[in-house]
Amino acid sequence: MRRVRIKDDALEQRLFLQRVFLSAALVSLLVLVLSGRAFWLQVVQHAHYLELSQGNRARIEPLPPNRGVIYDRAGRLIAENTPAYQLELIHEQAGDLDVTLARLARIGLLEAEDIGRVRQLVLSRRSFEAVPILLQLDDEEIARYAVHRHELPGVMLETRLARHYPYGQVGAHALGYVGTISEEDLARVDRERYFGTGVIGKTGIERAYEDVLLGVGGYREVLVNAEGRPGKLPESVDAQLQKREPQAGRELRLTLDIELQRIAEEAMAGRRGAVVAIDPSNGDVLVFASLPSFDPNGFARGISRSDYLALTDNPDQPLFNRVLRGTYPPGSTIKPVMALAGLEYDVVKPEDTIYCPGHFSLPNSRHRFRDWKREGHGTVDMEGAVMQSCDVYFYRLANMLGIDRIHDAMNRIGFGVPTGIDIPGERGGIMPSPQWKKSAFSGREQQVWFPGETVIIGIGQGFWTATVLQLAKSTALLAARGRHFRPRLVRALVDPESGAVEEKLPQALPPIELKERHNWETIIDAMVAVTSGPRGTALRASRGALYSIAGKTGTAQVYSIGQTERYDAKTVAERLRDHALFIAFAPADAPRLAIAVLVENGGAGSAVAAPIARAIFDAYLSEKPQ
Amino acid sequence: MMYGERGASRTRRTVSAPARLMRTLHLDGMLLSGVAAVSFFGLFVLYSAAGDNTALWFNQLARLGIGFAVMIALAQVPDHFLRMLAPVAYGFGLVLLIVVAVAGDVGKGAQRWLDLGVLRFQPSEIMKLGVPMMCAWYLHQRPLPPSLRDIAVVLAVIIVPVLMIAEQPDLGTALLVFAAGVIALFMGGLSTAYLLGGAAVAGAAVPLVWYLMHDYQRQRVLTLLDPESDALGAGYHIIQSQIAIGSGGVFGKGWTNGSQAQLEFLPERSTDFIYAVIGEELGLLGLIALLLGYFFIVARGLYMAAQCRDAYARLLSGSIALTFFVYAFVNAGMVTGLLPVVGVPLPLVSYGGTSFVTLMAGFGILMSLYSSRKLVG
Repeated sequence: MRRVRIKDDALEQRLFLQRVFLSAALVSLLVLVLSGRAFWLQVVQHAHYLELSQGNRARIEPLPPNRGVIYDRAGRLIAENTPAYQLELIHEQAGDLDVTLARLARIGLLEAEDIGRVRQLVLSRRSFEAVPILLQLDDEEIARYAVHRHELPGVMLETRLARHYPYGQVGAHALGYVGTISEEDLARVDRERYFGTGVIGKTGIERAYEDVLLGVGGYREVLVNAEGRPGKLPESVDAQLQKREPQAGRELRLTLDIELQRIAEEAMAGRRGAVVAIDPSNGDVLVFASLPSFDPNGFARGISRSDYLALTDNPDQPLFNRVLRGTYPPGSTIKPVMALAGLEYDVVKPEDTIYCPGHFSLPNSRHRFRDWKREGHGTVDMEGAVMQSCDVYFYRLANMLGIDRIHDAMNRIGFGVPTGIDIPGERGGIMPSPQWKKSAFSGREQQVWFPGETVIIGIGQGFWTATVLQLAKSTALLAARGRHFRPRLVRALVDPESGAVEEKLPQALPPIELKERHNWETIIDAMVAVTSGPRGTALRASRGALYSIAGKTGTAQVYSIGQTERYDAKTVAERLRDHALFIAFAPADAPRLAIAVLVENGGAGSAVAAPIARAIFDAYLSEKPQ
Repeated sequence: MMYGERGASRTRRTVSAPARLMRTLHLDGMLLSGVAAVSFFGLFVLYSAAGDNTALWFNQLARLGIGFAVMIALAQVPDHFLRMLAPVAYGFGLVLLIVVAVAGDVGKGAQRWLDLGVLRFQPSEIMKLGVPMMCAWYLHQRPLPPSLRDIAVVLAVIIVPVLMIAEQPDLGTALLVFAAGVIALFMGGLSTAYLLGGAAVAGAAVPLVWYLMHDYQRQRVLTLLDPESDALGAGYHIIQSQIAIGSGGVFGKGWTNGSQAQLEFLPERSTDFIYAVIGEELGLLGLIALLLGYFFIVARGLYMAAQCRDAYARLLSGSIALTFFVYAFVNAGMVTGLLPVVGVPLPLVSYGGTSFVTLMAGFGILMSLYSSRKLVG
């Protein structure tokens, strides 16, 4: 039944031809489909896809601004940006991160204690990003890296601009330093502005003027490939990449005289303490020394944990800013202003004399307030009392003035309130009063103000504390006969691109007007007598000087002496010895510089502190006035 | 016939020397021009797509030489020998597929390479020609259109190697081999009713196929339906290639200037996704030029097939020409997001040796069959 089919070539050929036409039609249709698809993507949707391809290829790369450089008053560069070698690590090229870090530690480029911190830093960035792990390598470190570089894949030496302080330790407490931005720093600044910037001002001028020093960051779009790494296109292509040049931060012109600063610090060498020198005519701070100092370059190059601990564990506390934050009893250095208050309130007259037996007692009291000179100064008038630093005279004067008037007068001069200098962190010290005592103590008995407390205020002891900056400022006020200024470290801002200078005008404070103007001269004459009078306490300090110095020594008690004991510097432990103080200005008749010196545990002000001031005067006054 | 013969001989006398050479070498000038044009266009594009990798470009240049040599060599093989070769090639390919399944190299997670020491190649490539040859060989002995029984035999001939290739897994090649066989069947006159019925059965089999597919294959299908769902994973290829093509516009960004391609956003830019490089750098015009080139090759191939006098030559020629178009369509379709991403290179353009040589071998066979058209029946 099955029909046997035989091949019919003609039929097959016809059939084949039919299939050829059918498939040709199908092919044509599909070619049209593909063309239509291309037309849809490339013509209809072109703008959409073009935008997507643009967004694909560009990545914004920050161009950090150059930090403003800092000049001292004579135009010497004291904070600059220098090309520095830094070690950067790219995680994805480094292989095993822990092995690499361990190797870096073994060859001494990383401290073992820092491994954890650096590891954290690297892991917080994207794996193809170069993370700086060691800033500002020295020659020896570069050599060590070069020898071992073959075992350090992904670790590269790069050149970057880094902060450098050519004067090192000199003036470090005024300048401050920059350091790696921490989480805390980021919390108080606008993160956007620090895109691409690795450091921030941490203390001092670097911190106070951070805003102007920083500048404005720029950016550029870079071509990236699909992995986010820099890519390249042929040069013929206009990549249409955006770019905004960074604007450098503004330069600072300081009031600081770095050479004078160096002289002050050298004179203080080996001691702890502070020296401040102010130009009485405008409040310019020429010397701002806190000793011991530290090298701010250590922070700028990324301080290691052990180096940092060495600084913080040092019993001399080199990081402590003694000028701004060290509060000390001002001691006898306040006697000139105390005398001035006595004159102003008409409690004493310059020629009034008292007899000093070596001690003072309040009426109806057996307690003896002792004079530093056991046998007493005999009969002294005001000038004699200042010159010889007679304690009894000032015990008596304080008692006569009363604490409220003393407080008011000293407050006006600037004690108990911060001076308002243009760097942060300043402390105001304590100008005590009954009211202050009420708020400072909680116990009812402690809140009572005793008459004896007024007495010792007369010689700058008791609760009274002041910063060296306050002492220098009040000295400048004396020198300028009542005119005074907010101390300042920066006197001008300069735009490095346009050269535009923004002068900072001296900020005058309300001057102190005396009822009798000649009282200034009375006090200043007494201070001149300190350095030149027959029994002046600072005679040695002015010997051979070509100008007259108005000064006052001081000794601040650290260790309280019993009623019958005798203070003997030799038997008292060094740390319990008195602080030595000296305030002075010169030339006395046309003052150009006011100085306050404090040497911690230095003993007598006349022997230790005064020569330091003298060295500064000599250096400064031998120059021509500016 | 006599008249035609004489007419032909008259023309023969007037042809130029190169044309005579072509004839002597059994080459078809039109097809050769089309293939050469698209190949050199491909080299031109590959130079840009290869980026800094000039070694890759020279590699391809060498393969181009090999490919043309293979084509010319195969054009010299007598057609009856090609016919006899069909079962041999098919059987040999089947054996190699078994060997590969047992002992093949694993490359890119797939087991498809056979390492012969000096030569590494994919047996599945042999099947791209082996299967249509076998189908044509079987069908040319039978009356056409094929009976149901013949269809079943031919389907079996197709399905066995296809399943083995799909299992490797190499879905792209399996698809092309399947297409080559089915096209031979179609050209043999498979009735439209069967064709539609088959399509219906295939549709019904989708769940089964889905079940048999590897995860990555399923992923590719899902990704096609919604590329954005996996923008950084499997959808990345499709999104980036569409951005490349779309951003090229009508005139393109210029040769070697495509940011998508040059900055490596485009994956596999010198191989499977080179179509997108053309779209980006040479624009709509570049793509249409390429499509016209393909169309010309296919049309010429179909014309040549129609000229053949015996069924084997016709079926094989038709299959070779149309399969070539399937390659082009599947690749262009996947790169432009019309089809799922299956690993099919763009014919004559993508970097890659074996597939290029296989294509050229196909054109060689096509020319051989065409040149012997007058000697047979």
